[in-house]
This record gives sequence, structure tokens and C-alpha cells, in this order.
Amino acid sequence: MKRKHNSRLLAGFALVSLFALLGFVVPFFSPEDPRVWNTVPRNLPASAAHLLGTTSLGQDTFWFLTWAIRNSLIIGLITAVLATVIGLVVGLTAGFRGGTIDRVLTLLMDSFIVIPSLPILILLASLMKGRASIILVAGVLVIFNWPWPARQARASALSLRERDFVHTAWFSGESPLKITMRELLPFISSWALGNLINTVLVAVATEGALAVIGVSNQAQATLGTMIFWAMQHQALLAERWLWIGSPVVAIMLLFIGLFLTQTGLSQYSATKRGR
Amino acid sequence: MRFLVFLGSRILTFLMVVWIGITTAFFVPRFAPSNPVEAVLARLDSQKSFQPEQIQAMRESLMELFGLKGTLLQQYGSFLKRVLVSGDFGPSLTVYPTPVSTLVARALPWSLGLLFCSTIIAWVLGNSIGLIAGYWKDRTISRILEGTAILLYPIPYYILALALIILFAYVFPIFPFSFSAQGQPFEWAFIKSVIRGSFLPALSMVTVGLGWWVISMKALASNIMEEEYVYFARLKGVSDGGIMRGYVLRNALLPQVTMLALQLGGMFSGALLTEYLFGYPGVGTLIAQAVLGSDYNMILGTISFSIIAVAGATLIIDLAYPFLDPRIRYR
Repeated sequence: MKRKHNSRLLAGFALVSLFALLGFVVPFFSPEDPRVWNTVPRNLPASAAHLLGTTSLGQDTFWFLTWAIRNSLIIGLITAVLATVIGLVVGLTAGFRGGTIDRVLTLLMDSFIVIPSLPILILLASLMKGRASIILVAGVLVIFNWPWPARQARASALSLRERDFVHTAWFSGESPLKITMRELLPFISSWALGNLINTVLVAVATEGALAVIGVSNQAQATLGTMIFWAMQHQALLAERWLWIGSPVVAIMLLFIGLFLTQTGLSQYSATKRGR
Repeated sequence: MRFLVFLGSRILTFLMVVWIGITTAFFVPRFAPSNPVEAVLARLDSQKSFQPEQIQAMRESLMELFGLKGTLLQQYGSFLKRVLVSGDFGPSLTVYPTPVSTLVARALPWSLGLLFCSTIIAWVLGNSIGLIAGYWKDRTISRILEGTAILLYPIPYYILALALIILFAYVFPIFPFSFSAQGQPFEWAFIKSVIRGSFLPALSMVTVGLGWWVISMKALASNIMEEEYVYFARLKGVSDGGIMRGYVLRNALLPQVTMLALQLGGMFSGALLTEYLFGYPGVGTLIAQAVLGSDYNMILGTISFSIIAVAGATLIIDLAYPFLDPRIRYR
């Protein structure tokens, strides 16, 4: 059993590392800005010079893909970090304060979880008229991603605050902040990391969804806008499978990698705790 | 009496969710930098030239149509009244003067049909597979089933939909790449075309939805298998099928029902894009058309309807919950 867990984590980590490499290192070697049209001949098949061929807009598919991966990962990471931090703060506050504050915050969390987020995000994105920067998109995605970690943090706070070691720390005069950092974070950190990875996945997927509908900033190269442009230029009818297929396959592999890493990590920490 | 308290608190939560949702949908466009009235006027002006008085008259009537008259608070009040009391969102702009509520009412059965069928199929099928895989967790077939689910689950709905479109509508043209209903309702040709057109959208939603239920059910079932009451049942001579149904399934069902309620919103969002990609005549396609055509009333209307629909479905699952769990009846 133990070997299987490690192999899951290993496979996931290998895939994610490959994408990190493709997204953050490889773009620096790009011979031209792949977003610019007509830098290479159009509609070439795959070859040694153009690994994944070229698009109908005269862009190199492979280099464009690396830029798309980079931007999608940036959106995912910013969203995930902000949402996790906000969620932890809100959830711990609700759990420890209790009373009215808890009730109001819990109602907010539950509402944001139930409300279908995509229609509201489509509305927001369409109002930004496709001019939103990557950072702004990430900021908007945070709105619908903080409640999950908040819910979890609140539940742990509720169970942890009755434990003896928390009482001991409290009565020996530790400040609430210190108790949270020293006594509670170790309990929360492993699922917080798992949640962070999951939020990267959700954010990349949501940005892609907005782009496919055509309300995101189409001048930015992301995995979603890559699909959008390929569909706009009839890559399906013209059977340019490499153009439309490469972002689709990239998202699948990236997400499988992230998910394997996440579940592998949680199993790893479970075996470490001796369960 | 205790049931009434339970019912009341759930309905209150439902109303709060709907209120927060449609309030967000109301205020977001009003604090946005763009003005929908001026956007429509600019579009009309570019198509045909008008006199200044005509434009002023149109501006007045558009303000009226969009519910932009009066102070923000007055607008909000009349918006809430219109939505909650009469369900009236005014006329659609792209299909003027058809009321938004008519268009939504036309699209809603399609969406609900697709979402309802694929959610139920995915939930039942996924939990059955998960139960079997968790019951015999050390068999090779269980590992293969779980492994497949792990590879399918993280893929977003629309990516799988695209992959299915590429594979089964273009590379191997078995299914139509866009939905079209033929013939009159409830004729054989109509039913056949609906099934053929809905097959790929439903398949993509079931496949992705399935993954999560298999993974979570397998984890739950294999944990329950370690419990002492299962061991005791085995010693008592209860059959495999009996243990599976009466001991494992009964205990694992509750968290799965809770998760179903929590996931409805996400599944709805997934369905929106799937519908749009397949040209399926549901609310998702309507929202996309509204956004692309800057149809302000339609955007507000479709989004409010979606929020009410999802929150309503969640409420129904919530209310059914105590009937499934004898321990927490009328909590």
C-alpha cells in the first residue's frame, strides 16, 4: 500500500513539474513573441522546426502553448494563494469567535458555495469588456473560491478550540494570533496545501471557461483563449487537430497531474500520522 | 413542531441564498464602468443615424426598460419586487419584444432535463461502482476502476465535451456536432433527434460527474468495511449483498447526499458551457447569447433564474435529508 501512495505522488509531481518547466522556463527560449500574428508561415504540419505545427494566424503552436500554460498557471497560483489565505482567516475567525459573527460568516460561506458561480463570473467578465489583466481575473476568481477553505477552517477551529493544548496555551497567556500560528496551523496545513492545489485547478478551469465563451481578454495567451481562437478560426472543420487539440490535452494532463499530487500528498500525510 | 422549526430554518437559508445571489447580480453591473443604455444607443447609432431628440426619447425608454429610473435604492426595490413577485425581467433586446421570462421558460425544461438526467445517472452509477470497488478494495478490478475515475475526475466538463466533439463528431462522425430537434414534439423523429443530440452532452457530464462519486464512495465504503459492526455482521452470516446494502451503503449514503447538494452549483456551471459548446437549446446557450449580444435584461433574468433553480434544488435535497437518516430526524 505504501509504495502505491508514493507512486501516485511521484507521477503527479512529475507531471506538474513538467508543466512548471514548460510554463516558466521554456518561454524564455521562444524565438519570437508567439502572440504576434504572422511571424511564421500559416497552417504548417508538425515538424522539427515547429514541434506542434503553426496556427491559421501564423503563430507557432508549441511556443504559444508554453505562453498559455504560463499565464494560466499564474492565474491559478494567484487565485489559490489569495483564496486560501482569505478562507483560513475568515474560517478561523468564525470558528473561534462563535455567536453572531459565526452565524453571519457561515451564511455567507454557504450562500457562495450554493450560488452557481459561472453565470456571475460571465457577467463580471463581460462588463470588463475583455480588457482585464491577468491579475484582475485572478482577483475576481477569488470571490467564489474562498468559501471552501473557510468552511473547512471553521470546522477544524470548532473541534480544535475544545482541545486541552489549546486551553493550556490560552490560560498560560498566549495571544490568539500566536495560538493560531503555533498550535493550530500544523493541524490545518496539510489540507490547506491540498486545497491550494485544488484551487489552482478550479481557477485555471474557470478562466478557460470564460475564455471559451469569449468574454475574457483575448489578447492574453491562456489555455482558454487558445481554444477560443482555434474555435473562432474553424480549427475543427479544417481538421487542424494540433491547434485545438494541444490546449485540450494540456489541460487534461495538467489537471490529472495536479489532482494526483493533491491526493498523493494527503495520503502521504495520512501515513505519516500513522493512519 | 420540531419539523416545522427545521423546515423554517431551511427555507430561511434558501431565501437568504437567493437574496444574496440576485443582489450580487443586481449590483455588479451597476458598479461596473460601462453603461448598458449608452452601449445599446451606440450600437443603434452605428447602424442608422438618428436625430438628437429621437436618441433622447430612446434613452428614456431604455432607462425605463432596464429599470434604471430613480435612485439606486428605488431601482433595487422595484427589481426585487419584479423578480420575486412576478418573475418579470422585461423584454429581451436581441429578440425584442419577447419577454425574458418566456425565453427562459422555453429553455429551462431542456436544461433541467439534461442536468437532472445526467446528475442522477452519474450519482447512481458512480456510487454503485464506488461501493463495489470499496467493498472488494484489494481486487485488481477495483484498482482499475478507481484509477480510471482518478484520471477522469479532474478534467473540467467543457474540456471533456470538446474532446468528445473532436472525437465523435469530427474524427469519427457518429454524432451531430450541434444539437437540432427535428419534427413535432413527441413524434418518433423528434424523440430520436433529441436523444441523438443529447447523447454527447450527457455523456460528457456523466463521465466527469461519475469520477467524483466513484472516488468518494470507494473511500467511504472501504472505511466502513473496517468497522466492527461489519465484522460482526459477517460473523453472524449476513450475505455479501446484505452487508453491502444494509450496512455499508446505508451508512455511506448520507455524506453522498450532502455532497450532491453542495455540488449542484458546480454541476450547473459545468452544464452551462457544455450546452453552449453543443448548441443545446438550454439556459447555458441563452446566457452565452445574452452576454455576447449585451442583452442586459436577459443576462439578469437568466442569472437570477439559475440561482433560484440551483438554490431550490439544494433546498429539496436538504429537506429530504432527515428522511434518509433516522438519527437526525427534525434536527
